[in-house]
Amino acid sequence: MNINWFKYASPAAFYPIAGRMIPWFAGIALALVLGSLLWGFFGTADQLGGTNPQKEYYRIIYIHVAGAWMSMWLYVVLAGWSAIGLVFNTRLSFMMAKAVAPTGAIFTFIALWTGAFWGRPSWGTYWDWDPRLTSELILFFLYIGYIALHSAIDDSRRADRAAALLAIVGLVMLPVIYWSINCPDPTQCAALHQRSAPGSIHASILWPMLGATLGFWSYSFAAVFARLRGIILLREKDNAWVAELLQGEPKP
Amino acid sequence: MLGTFISILSRDLTLALRRRTDVLTVLFFFLIVVSLFPLGVGSEQALLRELGPGVVWVAALLASMLALERLFAADYEDGTLEQMLLTPQPLGLLVLAKVLAHWLLTGLPLVLIAPLIAMQYHLQDGQMLIMMASLLLGTPTLGLIGAIGAALTLGLRGGGILLSLLILPLYIPILIYGEGAVTVSAIALADAEPYLMLLGALLLLALLLGPWAAAAALRISVE
Repeated sequence: MNINWFKYASPAAFYPIAGRMIPWFAGIALALVLGSLLWGFFGTADQLGGTNPQKEYYRIIYIHVAGAWMSMWLYVVLAGWSAIGLVFNTRLSFMMAKAVAPTGAIFTFIALWTGAFWGRPSWGTYWDWDPRLTSELILFFLYIGYIALHSAIDDSRRADRAAALLAIVGLVMLPVIYWSINCPDPTQCAALHQRSAPGSIHASILWPMLGATLGFWSYSFAAVFARLRGIILLREKDNAWVAELLQGEPKP
Repeated sequence: MLGTFISILSRDLTLALRRRTDVLTVLFFFLIVVSLFPLGVGSEQALLRELGPGVVWVAALLASMLALERLFAADYEDGTLEQMLLTPQPLGLLVLAKVLAHWLLTGLPLVLIAPLIAMQYHLQDGQMLIMMASLLLGTPTLGLIGAIGAALTLGLRGGGILLSLLILPLYIPILIYGEGAVTVSAIALADAEPYLMLLGALLLLALLLGPWAAAAALRISVE
């Protein structure tokens, strides 16, 4: 298959494609998240078994773990588009990075919020400065920093490039965040569910979790494309094709 | 290349010595912040011993950030920075010289004043030495990371507040290791060694990547 990928690097070419993909991703997201959560809330065991005292409230992991995964993945995506933009100087990459940032920040916030709610019955406190929640908080600050720097610079070209550099610098922090969540040596970090290797999780819990994660991925695609279309229209408002589009004329 | 490095270094040092208040403000800011804590939380000796390492490091972070705003600002305003960007010398080297000058003026004084802080917080002599060592290893890293932020926010309105938002999250590992070194040295001095090594590793990493990233940021901001 010989596809000219660079053709889609033009905002004008990508705008209609993004528009066509949004409903698909939104539909898949809705189905996956609803299905996984129904399965997770009503279809899985009440207890993790054995002496583990976690009862019903462990079910928050379906949202928490999926949100935490997305928060880190979207940062990689953000830094990746930033790097592509800086190297190839493509406008669409920067727009993509800008569109990803708010969704990433939202998922980080969800991970923090649900983590605090899980912590209340488990640790007896909403916030315990444990390494995982703290590192998610740092990630949240990184997203906020990216968004703040981007919106502080009026010249969109400079804003794109400066924020992209910041995103790449912040990427140094991501391994720290990842390893504070998935501790390589469990004796070093005495906490409750420190080991989160997929093999050690019961299948009926693992599958809804993966389903929810895929649903969140789908939602991210839909939300990012929707935001991207807005950014494209705003940035390209002086171009002929946007004027034609807004007047409702058929595009050639 | 070394000639350029030395001339930028000596130029920045001379400029700073002509206007000493800039340097002294940072030092006194550090001292005042550190002195405020005993007034705010109470002056029990045991409490202060516990708080001391963390307070010193947070104050060092804030002082370093406060000084960073001026790292490139003056050169940017009078056009010197543009001339520097046009020279055939590697920009990373020029940035490194500026950061070194900046550290000699604002980081090194913090290290030298550490014994005074140690007395205020009733730290033991060994702990004081570890505190100086950790500051000696940590403050240059703060400058190198901060230079990236200072370059990115160059000439922006509200740049100072924005700078703190961008840079403080990246400072957190240094804060944790620096504070950790001083805290564990209360039990046994040898315990601080891994923390100091991690601080050293961060410094090397920052030396390797920092000037290069700051140079790229300068090019973006000035172009």
